[in-house]
Amino acid sequence: MTSQANLIRTTYREAMRQAIREAMQRDPRVFLMGEDVGRYGGSFAVSKGLLEEFGPERIRDTPLSESAFVGAGIGAAMGGMRPIVEIMTVNFSLLALDQIMNNAAAIHYMSGGQFNIPLVIRMTTGAGRQLAAQHSHSLEGWYAHIPGIKVLTPATLEDARGMLWTALEDPDPVLIFEHGSLYNMEGDLAADAGAVDIDKAVVRRPGTDLSLITYGGTLDKAIRAAGDLAAMGIDAEVIDLRTLRPLDTATIVDSVTRTHRAIIIDEGWRSGSISAEITARIMEHAFYELDAPIERICTAEAPMPYAKHLEDAALPQPAAIIEAARKMVKGDG
Amino acid sequence: MAAEMDFTTPLPDKEHSLHLLHEMLRIRRFEEKSAELYSAGKIRGFLHLYIGEEAVAVGAIAALEADDAIVATYREHGHALVRGISANSIMAELYGKQEGCSHGRGGSMHLFDAATRFYGGNAIVGGGLPIAIGLALADKLQRRPRVTACFFGEGAVAEGEFHECMNLAALWKLPVLFCCENNLYAMGTALKRSESETDLCLKATSYEIPAWPIDGMDVVACEDAARRAVLAVRSGEGPFFLEFRTYRFRAHSMYDPQLYRTKQEVEEWKQRDPIATLEQRMRENRNLDDDDLGLIETRVAAEIADAVEFAEAGSWEPVEALTRFVYSERAAR
Repeated sequence: MTSQANLIRTTYREAMRQAIREAMQRDPRVFLMGEDVGRYGGSFAVSKGLLEEFGPERIRDTPLSESAFVGAGIGAAMGGMRPIVEIMTVNFSLLALDQIMNNAAAIHYMSGGQFNIPLVIRMTTGAGRQLAAQHSHSLEGWYAHIPGIKVLTPATLEDARGMLWTALEDPDPVLIFEHGSLYNMEGDLAADAGAVDIDKAVVRRPGTDLSLITYGGTLDKAIRAAGDLAAMGIDAEVIDLRTLRPLDTATIVDSVTRTHRAIIIDEGWRSGSISAEITARIMEHAFYELDAPIERICTAEAPMPYAKHLEDAALPQPAAIIEAARKMVKGDG
Repeated sequence: MAAEMDFTTPLPDKEHSLHLLHEMLRIRRFEEKSAELYSAGKIRGFLHLYIGEEAVAVGAIAALEADDAIVATYREHGHALVRGISANSIMAELYGKQEGCSHGRGGSMHLFDAATRFYGGNAIVGGGLPIAIGLALADKLQRRPRVTACFFGEGAVAEGEFHECMNLAALWKLPVLFCCENNLYAMGTALKRSESETDLCLKATSYEIPAWPIDGMDVVACEDAARRAVLAVRSGEGPFFLEFRTYRFRAHSMYDPQLYRTKQEVEEWKQRDPIATLEQRMRENRNLDDDDLGLIETRVAAEIADAVEFAEAGSWEPVEALTRFVYSERAAR
């Protein structure tokens, strides 16, 4: 890292754009394709200005054909390119699930290791913007079920800036889930920030009393909750998983081994979720370290509602984290 | 229905005619042996035979150059053999041996070979089309005058991916040769029972893709049409669509009592057997005598006997290697 003097003020969106720009500059094989990435400037304005800079061949608008253009990314990757495919939102990725699951995740294995697929697929995930039940879900945990792909969930400016290049260098398909509520997140980033690892979880806030384990859009909620808990005399550690597949079990287990308590905060639904997987891994690896049952704070098991008060109620919120933590540590929730 | 293109193609010279006959017989005898080995329990899983359709793969692939690419379906033994994947490694793959062309990971439906740019064996109907689009996009972006031949059955035209890919290939003028193998049945569903418009070429031309219907039982017509189409594709004119009208003599797979078609219909199509048809034309042209045919049959029999011997002698991959190739072992090239 660099000194304070070399910090720049930026947003998650700009950090992601800078990551794409740098990748395009560094490697002529890199190109971006997806719906409205060019003329429109990206549905979340991530790619704004890149068409003018790199031209329509490398900033490639596609028809609304998720299966075809995701599959085209797979083929182009096998043909020697380094495609970045943008899917407008995670719900739309279901239209390309066949290509992601049956081809991208399987071909290296099915071909006995002959073909690898250095493809990056980016998409928006998550709720919080009143976009209702077809634009708001958090399906990254689902994708983490699939062997053969990697699943990244950048939650910070550093990761928005640094995960893309590492993902492009990876020989296998990498899915990057960008939580929609993060794009406007503003902060200071090192002017020379660059590639980061994509296989380790990170302790974002060290603590001793319990572990708040989360990723993506709920990281900030967990950190805010930890701040409030500190004022109540509870010292919470916050783990940012960063990558859901492969899951960094060691960092989770190490944290729980020190704090003996864990709350998992996951914007996915509870049943069959990544939070369930993390719970299972803690049971497998740190059962005797636990002083209390693991708690999970997940999204209510309903399609996402539109009305603001209902959406707020459906999602994991700092108040729920605080309440669960107090109960767990002091037994007085 | 549009009339089949009548190329009134003269027979090629004796040497090339013998080559075409030899290639079709390689497929026919290889698959007859495979069916036998299936009954003997040496080959398991699904086994989809191409018998009756040999002229299509032999004719179309004869028009390709060594660095062109092929994307095929789960009925692809013939394409793989003609493309130059050794009978040994294909048979070993059907046996599930690690000497197989997909390391025993794919089986009959997933033959892959990097050396001949053979991108599978895709067993999701329509699933290979987006990959072909992507391979072609990579060639176009890298200014390589290569062609990607994409084989699929007429059942695929009912899939959304087919239409997405027709549109994208035409829109981006991608060098793809679409080879539709119309054998009239999607498993057991007749074309006329599943399509409101049964003229498949119309579907392609509606996307501004030139399309010809071809007599898929005539290997000479298949090759001639493919050569013309490949020439157009390679010259940068965009994709081309060939509908090869053919017929599957055997069951869909090994578990099919064929309740959906009459014995009489099968017998009528067998009168147009592509191998017998070529033999007859060659004899009429005094390009073939019993000695020529005997020589070919002897060579084919030896090749297949070798393949069976190779597969029998092959080894089972140690189970410790079960998860090898889920992810790449080396950096992307």
